[in-house]
Amino acid sequence: MFAFAHQVLSGLAMGSVYASFALAIAMIYQSTRLVNFAQGEMAMFSTYLAWAMINAGLPYWVAFSLTVVLSFVLGAAIERLVIRRFDSAPVLTVVIVFIGLLVIINSVAGWLFTYSIKSFDSPFPESARFGGGYMSPHEMGAIGVTLTMLALIYVFFRFTSLGLAMRAVAQNPVSARLVGIRVGRMLAIGWGLAAAVGAVAGMMAAPIIYLDPNMMSGVLLYGFAAALLGGIDNPWGAVIGGFLVGVLENIAGAYLVGSEIKLSVALAIIIGVLVAKPSGLFGRVIVARV
Amino acid sequence: MTLARSGAALEAEGSRRARVTAVAVALLCLFALPFVASGYQTFQFSQVVIYAIALLGLNLLTGYNGQISLGHGAFFAIGGYAAAILIVKFGVPYGEAIPIAGAVCFLAGFLFGLPALRLGGLYLALATFALALAAPQLLKFKAFDAYTGGVQGLLLAKPKAPLGLPLTRDQWLYFLCLACAAPLFWAAGNLVNSRIGRALVAIRDHPIAAEAMGVDAALYKTTTFGLSAAYTGVAGALMGLIVGFVSPDSFGLFLSLSFVVGIVVGGLASIPGVFVGALFIEFVPNFADRLSDVLGESAKAMPWAIYGLLLILTMYAAPSGAAGAVRLLMQALERRRRRA
Repeated sequence: MFAFAHQVLSGLAMGSVYASFALAIAMIYQSTRLVNFAQGEMAMFSTYLAWAMINAGLPYWVAFSLTVVLSFVLGAAIERLVIRRFDSAPVLTVVIVFIGLLVIINSVAGWLFTYSIKSFDSPFPESARFGGGYMSPHEMGAIGVTLTMLALIYVFFRFTSLGLAMRAVAQNPVSARLVGIRVGRMLAIGWGLAAAVGAVAGMMAAPIIYLDPNMMSGVLLYGFAAALLGGIDNPWGAVIGGFLVGVLENIAGAYLVGSEIKLSVALAIIIGVLVAKPSGLFGRVIVARV
Repeated sequence: MTLARSGAALEAEGSRRARVTAVAVALLCLFALPFVASGYQTFQFSQVVIYAIALLGLNLLTGYNGQISLGHGAFFAIGGYAAAILIVKFGVPYGEAIPIAGAVCFLAGFLFGLPALRLGGLYLALATFALALAAPQLLKFKAFDAYTGGVQGLLLAKPKAPLGLPLTRDQWLYFLCLACAAPLFWAAGNLVNSRIGRALVAIRDHPIAAEAMGVDAALYKTTTFGLSAAYTGVAGALMGLIVGFVSPDSFGLFLSLSFVVGIVVGGLASIPGVFVGALFIEFVPNFADRLSDVLGESAKAMPWAIYGLLLILTMYAAPSGAAGAVRLLMQALERRRRRA
């Protein structure tokens, strides 16, 4: 029983990372109907930035905050400089552009920081002070940081006028523009926010899965699975999907298939959801118009 | 009137003759190549032919039928492993193993195409992306070790030339690749210019209109997925043979992505374009390797930076790739000739 509870709780820790990712994916999907395949590499790059700052002697939380701000700027810049050019392009074109971004960021990270695996220290104390040994302090901390971030984002979208404007753009860009909202700027802010959320997820994941340019492929895949499971057009559903998928991953790894084919579990979840319930658990069912 | 028509007929006859001559010259060059190139260069050109087959498969699916696959490396892997397992574990001759590998991949592609039917463009891209990431892990899975050789992969003996032909192994394998490529290209060329090919393009351009015209979109899409996987699987089987080795880590995400790069650079929905794409993905990494001798280890990351930039620039400036650029150039020349 202890082992099972341990698997579930530590699943929640990686689940918080997947939840952040799924949120970032769902946020971009909601406003643009696109899935950002480069989301994982963007988070990987942010994590490297944090690593470089910590190595340069900055205290962890200063580096953390700077990374979040920098990621926001980089994400918004990518939207303004690249994605904007493909505004009304067909899906195939945009997917290819995302793949282009993915491989560019991956190779730039490999070039700047080499492909050797680095360790990334956790900001949380080594010794377990709470949780009765069910969870490591880092796992507790990661969940805490994620929940705090989610609360902040909720407050932002629910109680600020900027958040309201962004929700309006996601729901109906034409009407939003008619009431005077700068739609382009909101999209850039959305990309920046998604990049910042991804950066936090990356920094929380790095102490668990280590730092290398390909670290995010698995996380991205589970993020996709989470977003689809929760409903890709419902950010809060995606978050719940993230925690579910994290627990599912750990239980499947421990009791069903072993940890070597974790990615196939994500593949199975993705295909299973798409076939059985394409709108996800909490998504809206969309009827296509001819 | 008759004069004008016979003039046009003459011109058509002339352009047909020019095309036949061009194809004949190209075939002659392809045939002579292994006798002038070194063993390693012959091996590289065998790889180019193999990539061309794989890219042709992907282009049928993505370029002509509009179904995005980011995971064709997985079918390349299935083809390679199917052939290797048949040859090593069951003693099947390689001449039979290659078509069987193609058939296995057709089945795999058809089955993957069934759920893919329900997925619009973006979701299919997601599912195939997941397939590309999961493939190496599945190949390493312990339960299949007895067949797949696990992390180590499988070693294959490179076949000798049959009938006492005076060819080295590399030369023979090159001709084997050509012999596989020729009927596949011929069939694909005929396919896309037929009723079926027009149906594929119609499904890509407007699925609802295509269905209204009586095209069975579901059947066409799954069959195309199977056919595309079969082409890529044959290519994978040939790759296993010429390298003499299959291992899980040679079939990662980046193999799948380089196929995407190949068809985009060569030209979506173009058959000659796949050769441009194949030359590109074969020789650009080589070139970068040579640069890394000069610029240091970190230049190893270069080809992918170049690939990425080219992907975005091609989509921005020349969405029809190299083949489209050539087509535009020819049209411009033709117009100038007319005017003169």
